[in-house]
Amino acid sequence: MAELFIFFEQIYRILFLLIPVLVSVAMIVWLDRRVWAFVQKRRGPNVVGPFGLFQTLADALKYIFKEIIIPASSNKVIFILAPIVTMTLALIAWAVIPFSETFVLADINVGILYLFAVSSLGVYGIIMGGWASNSKYPFLGAIRSAAQMVSYEVSIGVIIINVLLCVGSLNLSDIVLAQKDLWFVIPLFPMFIIFFISALAETNRPPFDLPEAEAELVAGYQTEYSGMMYAMFWLGEYANILLMCAMGSILFLGGWLSPIDLFPFNVIPAPIWLILKILFLFILFALIKAIVPRYRYDQLMKLGWKIFLPFSLIYVVLTASFLMYFDLLPGN
Amino acid sequence: MIAHAIVFYIFSLIAIVSAIMVTVSKNTVNSVFFLILDFISISCLFIMIGAEFLGMIMLIVYVGAVAVLFLFVVMMLNVAQQKNEWFNSSGRSSHIPVGLLVSIIIFFELIIVIGGWKYKPDLLDSIAIEINTDLTNTQSLGSVIYTDYIHLFQLSGMVLLVAMIGAIVLTFRQRSGVKRQSYFKQISRDRKDGIELVDVENNKGVKIDA
Repeated sequence: MAELFIFFEQIYRILFLLIPVLVSVAMIVWLDRRVWAFVQKRRGPNVVGPFGLFQTLADALKYIFKEIIIPASSNKVIFILAPIVTMTLALIAWAVIPFSETFVLADINVGILYLFAVSSLGVYGIIMGGWASNSKYPFLGAIRSAAQMVSYEVSIGVIIINVLLCVGSLNLSDIVLAQKDLWFVIPLFPMFIIFFISALAETNRPPFDLPEAEAELVAGYQTEYSGMMYAMFWLGEYANILLMCAMGSILFLGGWLSPIDLFPFNVIPAPIWLILKILFLFILFALIKAIVPRYRYDQLMKLGWKIFLPFSLIYVVLTASFLMYFDLLPGN
Repeated sequence: MIAHAIVFYIFSLIAIVSAIMVTVSKNTVNSVFFLILDFISISCLFIMIGAEFLGMIMLIVYVGAVAVLFLFVVMMLNVAQQKNEWFNSSGRSSHIPVGLLVSIIIFFELIIVIGGWKYKPDLLDSIAIEINTDLTNTQSLGSVIYTDYIHLFQLSGMVLLVAMIGAIVLTFRQRSGVKRQSYFKQISRDRKDGIELVDVENNKGVKIDA
C-alpha cells in the first residue's frame, strides 16, 4: 500500500512539473513570434486573448482538428514514432532540472551527463522523421541535421568539462551551489558565448536552421507531417530550446541563485530567478533569429570543428592549469 | 525490492528481444533501431546496478554518436537491397566457413567469460585497489584512472589517435580546382585591389592583363 502511495505521489509531482513546462512552451512560442515581430516593426500575434497570449493555444486547437496524412510510401511505424520520440525526449530531460534547493524531481549525481545524453538522443526524432517520410527534402534535412547536431554536441561536451573542472561534481544542484560567490559566466565568459552559439546549432535555431531551410528544403524533415504530428515536432523543438536555455542558466548564470544575496533580491523565491534567467536567454535566442542571416552549410561545419572545438579544448587546458596553479581545484 | 526485480526483468527482456530482432529483422534500418533500443536498455541495466557513469557514457557515446553514424551509413548505402542481391547470388557459400569460424570463436569467448563468473569471489580478494563505497562511482573512477592507471589510460588514448589518423589518411583526397573561401583574403581586400579606373581613348579599347 505504501508503495502505491509513493507511486501516486511521484505521478503528482511529475504532472506538477510537466504541465507548467507544456504551458510555458506554448507561451514561449508566442513570445518568440512577438520578439521577432518587434524587431521587424510588425505587431505579431495580438488578436487572440490579451496581447494575443492565447495564439498558440488556438494554433494547437487547429492542429488537433486537422487531418493526419501518412504518405503511402512511408515506413508507417517509424513515421508515427518520430514526433513521439522528439516530444518525449524534450520532456524527460526536465526531470533533473533543479528549480530550487529542494524542488527537483530527480536529484541524481550524474545530472549533467543525463542532460547531455538526452539532448544527444534528440537527433533520432529528426533522422527517423526524415527517413520514414521516404521523400527527398525530408531526407536531406535529416542528414544535415544529424551531422550538425553531432558536431555541435562535441563542443558542448568540452564546454561542460570546463564547468565541471570548477565544480568537481556532476550533480546539477552542486553546480548551482558552486556559483554562490561567482557565476561561471564571469571567469568562463568565452565558454558561455560558445555554449550559446552551440545551443543555437543544437536546437536547429536560426542562423543554423539548415535542416529546415525553407528556401531550399521546403520544411526539411517536417515536410510530410501534418496535423497533430507536426504540432508535436514543433512543441518538442521549443521544449528543447527552453531546455537548452535552462542548461545555460544552470551552467553559467547560477541557476536559481539570486544575483546578489541582499534584501530585495533574496526574498524573491528561487524558481522565479531560474525562470527569469531562462527567459533572458530565450529572448536572446529570439533576437538572434530575427537579426542574423542563415549560415552556409560548410561555414557551419567549419565553425563547429575548426574554431569552437580547438578553442574550447585550449580553454580546458587553461582552466585546468589556472585551477592547479592557484590551488583552487575543488575536492581537496 | 520487488519493484526493483520487476524493472530489471523488463529491461533485460527488452534487451534480449531487441538483440534477437537486430539479427532477425529483414529491413536493415529496423535492425539499427533495434540495436539502439538494445543499447538504451543495457544502459538502463547499468544504471540499475549502480554504475550510473558507465550507463550515461554508454548512452552518450554509443546511442548519441556511434549509432547515429551507423544509421547514416545504412540509410545512405541502401544495404538492404545489396544484401538481398548477395543472398540470391551463387558466391554466398564461399563465405560460410569464415563466418562459422568467427562465430565459433566468439561463442567460446562467451563461455570463458561466463565461466569466469564462478571465480568472482577469488577475484574480489585479489584486486589491487580497495573498493571505497563512500565515493560516487564517477569520483572513484576518476581517482583510479588518472592516478594508478594513467599510463594505460594514455596508451588507450594513443590507440584511438592512431585509429583516427588512419581514418583521415584513408579517406583524405586532394582535389584540384576546388574554390575555397578565405576570410582573411576577403576582409583584407580593399578598393585598390578590386577596382581600377582606366581612361579609355576613343576607338582604341583597353588591354586587360589577366
